[in-house]
Parts: sequence; C-alpha cells; structure tokens
Amino acid sequence: MKNKWLAAPYVVWMAIFVVAPLILVVVFAFTGQDGSVTLDNFSNMGTYVPAFWHSFGLAIAATLICILIGYPLAYFLSREKLMVRKVAMMLIMLPMWMNFLLRTYAWMSILDDNGLINQFLSSIGFFNVWNAIFGTNIQFFHMINTQGAIVLGMVYNFLPFMVLPIFSVIDKIDPKVIEAAQDLGASSSMVFRKVIFPLSLPGVLSGVTMVFIPSVSTFALSRLLGGGKTLLLGDLIEMQFLGNAYNPHLGSAIALVMMVIVLVMMAIMNRFGEGEEGVAVL
Amino acid sequence: MSKELIRLSDCFMKFDDDVILDHINLYINDKEFLTLLGPSGCGKTTTLRIIGGFQKPTSGDVYFDGVRINDVPPHKRKVNTVFQKYALFTHMNIFENVAFGLRVNKIPDPNNPNRMVKVPEAEIKQRVEEALALVNLAGYGKRSVNSLSGGQQQRVAIARAIVNRPQVLLLDEPLGALDLKLRKDMQIELKRIQQQVGITFIYVTHDQEEALTMSDTIVVMNEGKIQQIGTPEDIYNEPKNAFVADFIGESNIIDGIMHEDYVVGMYGRKFKCLDKGFAPGEAVDVVIRPEDIDIVPEAEGQLTGTVTEVTFKGIHYDIIVDFRGFKWLIQTTDYSPVGAKIGVKIDPDGFHIMKKSQYSGTFGDYSSYSSEYDELNEDRLEENEDEE
Ligand SMILES: Nc1ncnc2c1ncn2[C@@H]1O[C@H](COP(=O)(O)OP(=O)(O)OP(=O)(O)O)[C@@H](O)[C@H]1O
Ligand SMILES: [Mg+2]
Repeated sequence: MKNKWLAAPYVVWMAIFVVAPLILVVVFAFTGQDGSVTLDNFSNMGTYVPAFWHSFGLAIAATLICILIGYPLAYFLSREKLMVRKVAMMLIMLPMWMNFLLRTYAWMSILDDNGLINQFLSSIGFFNVWNAIFGTNIQFFHMINTQGAIVLGMVYNFLPFMVLPIFSVIDKIDPKVIEAAQDLGASSSMVFRKVIFPLSLPGVLSGVTMVFIPSVSTFALSRLLGGGKTLLLGDLIEMQFLGNAYNPHLGSAIALVMMVIVLVMMAIMNRFGEGEEGVAVL
Repeated sequence: MSKELIRLSDCFMKFDDDVILDHINLYINDKEFLTLLGPSGCGKTTTLRIIGGFQKPTSGDVYFDGVRINDVPPHKRKVNTVFQKYALFTHMNIFENVAFGLRVNKIPDPNNPNRMVKVPEAEIKQRVEEALALVNLAGYGKRSVNSLSGGQQQRVAIARAIVNRPQVLLLDEPLGALDLKLRKDMQIELKRIQQQVGITFIYVTHDQEEALTMSDTIVVMNEGKIQQIGTPEDIYNEPKNAFVADFIGESNIIDGIMHEDYVVGMYGRKFKCLDKGFAPGEAVDVVIRPEDIDIVPEAEGQLTGTVTEVTFKGIHYDIIVDFRGFKWLIQTTDYSPVGAKIGVKIDPDGFHIMKKSQYSGTFGDYSSYSSEYDELNEDRLEENEDEE
C-alpha cells in the first residue's frame, strides 16, 4: 500500500492550485471590500444581467455551430484511410499550436472593413455586381466588431475540441456492430440513426463541454473581434480584477454564479446523455 | 430437406496477392446444419462473409434460391449472422437489441398489400418475447448488455438474429469464447433451436468434435480449398486425404501398397482390409484410428513394437508404440508399461485406405507426440511455480 504516496504530489498540487483558489473565490464573493460578510455582491449584479445573456447566448451559438461543423467532419474522417486521417488531424490541431492572440489578430485583419475578404471581393468586382442586383451601394461587408465575429472567433478557436472527442468515439465503434445492424436489415441511414449516432453521443457531450466552457468564459475575443461593444462575462470579470473597475469581490461573485449555471447546465445535459450511454462528461 | 438453398459456384477470393479462397464449389440444402471446419486462417469466415454479403468474391457467383445475389447488399439478404464476439448494441437493453431487426424492417400493410408499414408494436413485443424464450432468456428484456455473462450475451445474439425469421442463420464460431462445459450445453441448445425453428444453419468452427456432434454435413477446408464434404460419419470413417484424417480426430497414417482388392501391405506384410478399386501395386496412405488397434501378447500380434510413452487420459491410456522407427498412437483401456514389447491386431475394418495427396507424409506420425506432451507439462509446471 506504499503506492498511495505516489499520489501525494498530485494531491498537494490540487490543494494549492485548485481547492484553495476555489475557496478564495467563495470567500471573496461573500465578503465586502471592508471584509464584512455580505450578500451585496450578488444583489448588485442586476446591472450585469445582459452580460450573462450575451455570454451564454454567444457560447451556445458557437457550440451549436461547432457541432454542425464538427460532427460531420469527425464522422467522415473516421471513415477515411489512415493516411488521410492523420493528415487531417494534423491540420485540425495545427492552429492550436499557435498563440491564441496571434490567431485572433489574424482574424481581425481578415474580417476588417478593409481586410482580406473585402479587398478580395472588391478586386473581383463583386460589390459592383451585388449593388447592381440589389440596388444597394456598398463597398464592403461589415464583419468586424459584430457579435457574429465573436462567434466566429469562438468557433475557430474551439472547433478542435469538438472534433477530437467525437472522432475518437466514432473511431472506436466496432465495425462488427455496424455490420450486425446491416445484417439485420438496416439501411445506411438507419445504421447511422440507430447505431452510430447514439453510440457517438458521449463524444458529442464531451465536445460540447469542451467548447462551451471556454466559450462562455472567454475574454479578449469580444474586445478584439467584437469591438468591445458586447460586454461578455470573461471581460467583465477581468475588469473587476485587473481593470479600473477594480472590485475582486464582485468579480468573484460573478465567477461563482457563472460556475453554478454552467454546472447546472452540464448536469442536465449528462442526465440526457445517461439514457443513451452512461458516460460522465465532467 | 433436400431442396438446394444456397450455392457457391467457383468462388475465388484474393486479398492483395494472397489467394484466400481457391475455387470453392458448395451447395447448401434447406434446413441443413452445415459446418465449415478447418484450421485458423483457412478461409471459413471469408466464406461466411461472402454468403452474408459483407464481402464480394473476386470471381465466381453466389446463388440464393436459384437467384444470383452477388450484388445484393447484406441488409437485403434473407440471411442473418451471429457474430463471433456477439457484436451486441451496448446502447440498447436486451429487448431493444432483439427488436432491432423488427424495427428497421417494414412489412406489407395487411389492409393494402402495396404499402409498406412498420411492424406493429404489439407484434414486436410478442416476437421478441418468443425469441428470448427460445434462448431461455425470458424476462431478461430490461437488462443491459453489460450485465449479462458471455453465455447469455451469446444467446441474445442468437435471439436477435432469428427474430427476423431468416431462412439461413450464419454462425461464426459462436461458442469460441465460452468455457468447455458451457460450450457443450450450448451445442445441444443450438441444435434444439435449429430443429425447433426449422432453418438452415451454416456454422463455422475449428473444433472437430463440435463439428462431428452438431452437423448434418461437414465441409473440411484447408488453405482456401475444400478438402472434403460429407456427413460426420463419412468424414470420420472415410477421410479423403491425410489432412482430413489428421484434422478429424487422431490418426496413424502409414505408407502402404495396395497389392490387390482387399489386401494392403505395410512393413512388408499383408493385411486384410475392406477397400478396393486401387491399381494393383498402387502406393497409398493407410489410416488407422488409435481406438481401432488391439494390444495382444507379442506372439499373437500382426506387428510387434515397443511401448515408449504411456499417458493416462481418464477413460483410456494414450500409448505410443515404436514400430521400426515409426511411432503410432494407440488408445486402449489396457495398461502396458513403457519398454514392454507388445503385439497389435487390427481388424479389416480398422484400415482406411486413401489415395496419395499433397498432404502425404506430413501428418499421422506420432514421433513428436511425446515432446509436445513434455512441453505442455513444462508449461503447467511453470504456471504452478508462478503461483507460489
Ligand atoms: N480484409 C482482409 N485483408 C487481407 N487479408 C485478409 C482479410 N480478411 C481475411 N484475410 C486473410 O484471409 C485468410 C482467411 O481468413 P479467414 O478470416 O476467412 O480465416 P478463418 O478460417 O475464419 O480463420 P479463424 O479460424 O482464425 O477465424 C487469412 O489468411 C487472413 O489473413
Ligand atoms: Mg474466422
């Protein structure tokens, strides 16, 4: 039973860097700036309700789009030859090796009113045609500094976290099980609906978790791609700790509420997932 | 019983440059229990997959009820498969596993034969319960796949495959993962199910005993070729070549010469046998089953040899006897000690004469028997040491 001690460094690590900060957040959330115990931080949060709506709304949109793109991608990849799969996986992972800010700056210059896309479109005379057809008079599409751009940033940054778990679950489905379904009379579409998709749900659930959580708490994206017009929770919390609105107590309270909402959402989702295949996601 | 249902006509199969099936010709009758028997890698599964529609032969044709079905996909064939490792749907309970085949298929509407409709829920329930009862799993419908033992999962796989009432059931080593006792029980069970449902079984195994007990017809395969097709008795009593003789049970296979009808020569002596139709003086393989040999006092023997090895096997002794350098296996209930000089007597019906084949000389000599046995024993000793 000596082996137990091998876990000691990990336990210490968890205690110092996971449990202690969590306790600190809770303590901060329930105390005022003068150190007294209070619920003011929560009752004052009303003004920030829009930030909650925006954050959760955009994160849900990004997650849905990631499923719509990521699932078919993962599914078709899993049926490809080994070589194709390896190359494709590399390409999907590649952006993750680059700095997050760098990737986001790149998108800024792509989406800008004078950015890559608009320059390309006007160089091929696209807007002339567009204006002639729709009777408008535009010289560019306005894409940067919109909520759409924020969602795009989230999708671009977190899509790999959707593709990888779905891919690895589909890839592990025993081909014999699929053959068994065909053998019993299921057509290809029925095999997918009744066997492959239900069996891949655990992958979708973990993909959703891995995309949704970073999306809902993301910061900088809104400032860089959304032009700072949409206040998101990540930015709001950052402001309370580092910005001029300095109030770590309020920041902690917001973080705590966000965490509780996310936990509740995940719990509900796992409950749905359990009906299909009892694999925990969190 | 004798209507032809499936025919493989000159089926040839290649993967890359390896010949996997070498011009297989085979027909299977309605309601027959046919077994494909052969060593690992001989092409049994491949043959089964061609019948099931999961693989297309490189050349050759597959007929079902007289119709060529080479291009019919698996889900449209009236054939269902019990897979080797069960391949159950782990995301469904037992009931839904069995119901799967009914839920994905449509039947003609009783009120309007031109329309296809889903199988009514009441009928699904009834048929699933029937199928589960048939495999002795009544009441297990709500259980999850993972809560069942291997033998029970095997039964679910069978119930799932027969619920659609296929004309043919393909079974790929269905009992391979079960322990000996359970395997014996399931053999009887499967035979009962086949007779009760009245459908054709095409059964794959590499266990010769299983094949002998269960089959109406056995197809012995090796290296992608059919070696012999026949009833279990035929295959056992009249093996076509040294491979079949050796693969089906134990056999001593000795070089011999047919002097004339009913007279075979071995070791420079003549013996009476029941075989005829060979050219006078033709070289042949002589098969003598270990249990057909009687040990007699040296003076009374047709041949004399020295006992080199005795192994107690429970019902009988395995005795290895050296006849001028060629070692025979004799199974007898009489004990003879190592080193004893003994005589043997073989009745005329104990000789089985085969034409020479590519397998002549490769099987049927027990010279290596004792060393194999030693190796087995050593393994066992090592295991015991590990435990301490
Ligand atoms: N998809 C494949 N690609 C290449 N070779 C294959 C493929 N499937 C089977 N083979 C080869 O075909 C040969 C016959 O295989 P098959 O599975 O039919 O043997 P089997 O008689 O069922 O053996 P076992 O008793 O081990 O299951 C083997 O040598 C195998 O390696
Ligand atoms: Mg096989």
